[in-house]
Amino acid sequence: MAHVSDLIAEDIELYLKTHENKSLLRFITCGSVDDGKSTLIGRLLYESKMLFEDQLTQLEADSKKVGTQAGDLDFALLVDGLTAEREQGITIDVAYRFFSTDKRKFIVADTPGHEQYTRNMITGASTADVAIILIDARKGVLTQTRRHSYLVSLIGIRHVVLAINKLDMVGYSEEVFNRIDHDYRVFAKKIGLQNIAAIPMSALKGDNITELSRNTPWYSGDTLMSYLENVQVEDAAEQSGVFRMPVQWVNRPNLDFRGYSGMVVRGSVKPGDAICVLPSGRESHVARIVTQEGDLETAISGQSITLTLTDEIDISRGDVLATTDSPPGVANQFEATVVWMTDEAMLPGRPYLMKIGTKTVTANVSTVKHKVNVNTLEQVAATRLELNEIGVCNLSTDQLIAFDPYSEDRDTGGFIMIDRLTNNTVGAGMLHSALRQSRDNSQWQNIDVNKQAHAAIKGQKPFIIWFTGLSGSGKSTIAILLERKLYSLGKHTYLLDGDAIRHGLNKDLGFTDADRIENVRRTAEVAKLMVDAGQIVLVSMISPFSAEREMARELVAQGEFFEVFVDVPIQAAEERDPKGLYKKARSGELKDFTGLDSPYEAPENPEVRIDTTTQTPEQAVEHIINYLLGIGVLG
Amino acid sequence: MLTHLQRLEAESIQIMREVVAECEHPVMLYSIGKDSAVMLHLAMKAFYPSKPPFPLLHVDTTWKFREMIEFRDVMAKKLGLELIVHINPQGVEKKINPFTHGSAIHTDIWKTEGLKQALDKYGFDVAFGGARRDEEKSRAKERIFSIRSAQHRWDPKLQRPELWRLYNARKHKGESIRVFPLSNWTELDIWQYIYLNNIPIVPLYFAKERPVVERDGTLIMVDDERLPMREGEQPMMKSVRFRTLGCYPLTGAIESEANTLTAIIQEMLLTRTSERQGRLIDHDSTGSMEKKKQEGYF
Repeated sequence: MAHVSDLIAEDIELYLKTHENKSLLRFITCGSVDDGKSTLIGRLLYESKMLFEDQLTQLEADSKKVGTQAGDLDFALLVDGLTAEREQGITIDVAYRFFSTDKRKFIVADTPGHEQYTRNMITGASTADVAIILIDARKGVLTQTRRHSYLVSLIGIRHVVLAINKLDMVGYSEEVFNRIDHDYRVFAKKIGLQNIAAIPMSALKGDNITELSRNTPWYSGDTLMSYLENVQVEDAAEQSGVFRMPVQWVNRPNLDFRGYSGMVVRGSVKPGDAICVLPSGRESHVARIVTQEGDLETAISGQSITLTLTDEIDISRGDVLATTDSPPGVANQFEATVVWMTDEAMLPGRPYLMKIGTKTVTANVSTVKHKVNVNTLEQVAATRLELNEIGVCNLSTDQLIAFDPYSEDRDTGGFIMIDRLTNNTVGAGMLHSALRQSRDNSQWQNIDVNKQAHAAIKGQKPFIIWFTGLSGSGKSTIAILLERKLYSLGKHTYLLDGDAIRHGLNKDLGFTDADRIENVRRTAEVAKLMVDAGQIVLVSMISPFSAEREMARELVAQGEFFEVFVDVPIQAAEERDPKGLYKKARSGELKDFTGLDSPYEAPENPEVRIDTTTQTPEQAVEHIINYLLGIGVLG
Repeated sequence: MLTHLQRLEAESIQIMREVVAECEHPVMLYSIGKDSAVMLHLAMKAFYPSKPPFPLLHVDTTWKFREMIEFRDVMAKKLGLELIVHINPQGVEKKINPFTHGSAIHTDIWKTEGLKQALDKYGFDVAFGGARRDEEKSRAKERIFSIRSAQHRWDPKLQRPELWRLYNARKHKGESIRVFPLSNWTELDIWQYIYLNNIPIVPLYFAKERPVVERDGTLIMVDDERLPMREGEQPMMKSVRFRTLGCYPLTGAIESEANTLTAIIQEMLLTRTSERQGRLIDHDSTGSMEKKKQEGYF
C-alpha cells in the first residue's frame, strides 16, 4: 500500500504495534461536486497513500482521457465512480471511503446527489463524529451551506470543519477567508453549532491538506489532516458517564447461564454495579461481564458485551439496562423531530413501526406541530410530511419505551420508522422529550371509558361499512379484501358476514320479509355495539330493503355509517351463481329469493357504488379506501 | 478509549446479534478465505458462551484449492459448528469448468446459481457474507443489510437507508437479506486482526514452494491433474503465495518469500497493486461486479 513509513520495512512488529492503537474517526463531507468535494476526498485518499499502483495508473490514464485538470491528476475521478450508476437510474444515498494514517483510521461518508440531499445527508451524518462543510471561496456562504449546517446540527454532530476551498481562485486572499469565516460563525451561532475550525485550502492544489501551505503564510492553524488526526470527539462524559445498554439478545446456552448481550452505548459498567431494567424498573446488580477471552473488569461505551446479573429477573430484547443513579425516561408520548425519507407522505394517525435501540413498537404521529424550511430555517405550518421534509411532531407509541433525549444520547434517542406494508425504512427521528399526559396513575378512576376512549386507545375512528347487493354480487369477496387492507394499515376491524350470522346469532330466522328485517336489525345492533367498542365494522349482507339499511344508519352517529352498493345486473349474478343458489331458486328448491321472487331495493344514494361489471375486487377496495381517506376517517 | 479494531469488532458483533434476534433462519456463508476466518472468529465471540446459532454454508465449485477444503473441514469440526456444503448438481452434470466454459459461466453456474439453490433448498432468510466496502468501487455504497427479491436479485429500489446502528431486517415472504458485518473493515484491518488474535488461516496465504505455470502474465498453481497443460507448458516450482483465495485456475499467485504473518502484512503494506488484481473474475468487463451483484452474486 506504499505507506511511506520506513518502519514497515525496518520493524514490522513495531509498526503493527503502533497501528494497533489507532483510533477511529468517522466524518461526512458536505457540499456539491462544484465545491470540490470529490476532489477533496480523492486528495485525502491520495495523500494518505491509500492508492495502489494499479489504481494510480488508472487515475493517470483517466485524468488524461476525461479529466478536467488538463492532464494533471484529477482526484475527483477516484470517487466519481457514480456517474454510470446515475445513468442506470440507481439511487446512491451514501458511499463510504476508507483511509488511514499512523494515528487514525478514517471512514468518510460521501453523499452525492442534490435531489435526495436531506435524506442522504441525514443518513451519512447519523454515524459521523465530524462534518466537513465545503465552501467555494468565490461564492461564500450560500443557501446550501446553511442547509448542510442545519442538518449537521440537527443530527448532533459537534465538530465542524469549515473548509474554505478553492482559495487559489481568489489569490489566497486572507481577507476573503476572514470574511467567509466571520459570516459563517454568525450563522452557526444561531443554530447552535460550536467547535468550528475554519481552514483555508485548495483541495486541487493541495494547500493546507497535509502541510501548511506557503501560499497562506497568514494561516497557522491546523492542516485538514492534522485536525482530523487530533480532534477529540469522544467526550469524557460519554466514556465515564451514565451507563446504557439496550438488550439485543438473551444468551441462554443452557439452564445454568442467562446472559444479556448488547452494546454499551453510553458510560461504563463493572461487576457489582447497581442497574435497573427499563421500562419495567426492576433492579439488580451486575454479576459478570462474560467474554470468550475471560471475564472483564469493566466495559465502556462502544463495546459489545454479555452481562449476567445477580438476580433472576425478567428481561428481554428491547429492554434497556441502565445505571440506577440516572435512569432514562419512560414514556409513550413524545415530542420528536422527524425526517421523512420516502415518496409517500407521512400522515398523522397512520401507524408505523418505530425501531429505537433494540426495541420495535407501533407508533403514530398525533400532530405535526410545524415543519422546517431547510433553506430558510423558518417554521412552516403543516399537516403532513413529504419526502425530504423535516417536522417537529407529537408522537405516541403503543407501549412504554425507555429513552433519553437525542441531544444526550444518539442510541437511546434516535429512531427509524418502518412502513408496515412495504417494510421500507421511511423516516428517521430524534426524540426530544416526553409529553405530559394522562398517564398519571391516580387519575384512572375518573376516566370515562366511552366510545371516544375506546377509539383513542386503538388510534382510529370507528365506523360501519355496510355492503349491500344481490346474492353473488361479490360483497363478501370485496369485504374480506378490504378488511385485509385495513388490517395492514393497523386498523382494528371486524367483519360481520350475513351468511355466518345466519349460522349463529340468527339461526332461528328464515327468509320471510319479517325474518329478513329482524336479521338486519340484529346485525345492525351488533355492529353498533362494536362501533361503541371503537371498532371498524364491515357488514356484508344482501339487506334488500332500504328501510332497514336506514335503520342501521341511524343507530350510529353521523359520519359513522357508509353504505357500499355492490351493483351487479341480476343476469350477471345469476350467470356467476357461485353458490348455486340461483339454480336452486329457479328450480323451486329455494323460495323468497332476492331478485327473483323477493324484491331488492337498490340504494339511491350510497356513499360508494361499485360497478362489478367494470371493477375488479382489488379496484373496488382501492375505490373504497380512497373514499375513506378522502373524507378523513382513516386518520 | 477503544482502538479502531475494537470498534470494528464491536460493530460486527452488534450486527450479527441483530440478525439472530430479528431473523428466523440465518446462515453464514463461509468461503474459507481470510475474511471468512475473521467473520467466523467474530461469530464465536458474539454469542459466547453459546455457539453461533446458525450453520456455515460453503458453496463449493469443485475447483477450490485442496488445502482450502481440508482447512474448511478441520475448522468446522474444531469449532463444533454445523457445516453445509452445497455443490450445484447442474455444474456437476454439465462438467462446468473455467477452461471450456470461461470464467464468467463458471462463476455464474457454480457460485451465483449454486448460492441461490442452497438458500432456497434450506430456506435461509438471511446470509452473512464477508464482503468489505473497500474491496471495490461498487461496494462502497453497499448497505450492511442488503435486501434481495424472492428471485435473489439486488433491486436498487428495495435498498433502505441505514441510520445510526438501527438496521431494518423486516422483509416480505420470499425475500432474503445479505448481511455484511465486515463492511467497514479494510484489508489491513483484516490482517491486523488476524495477527492480533492468532486466527487460523489457510496455509496458501503463506509462501511455499508450489508447482505453478505462468499464463498471460499470471501464475496459476497446478493444484491437481485437471489443469490442462498448454503446449510446451511445464509446471515449475516457485515460492509463491496467494492474496485472495478462490477457484485455483482463476486465482493468481504472487512470487513471495513471506512465510509468516508479519512478513505477509509487511509485503502487503509495501506492495503497490490492489488486492483484487489477483482475481481474474473482475477483469471480464468494467462494471462487472455491479452486474454480478444484480444477478445475485454475493
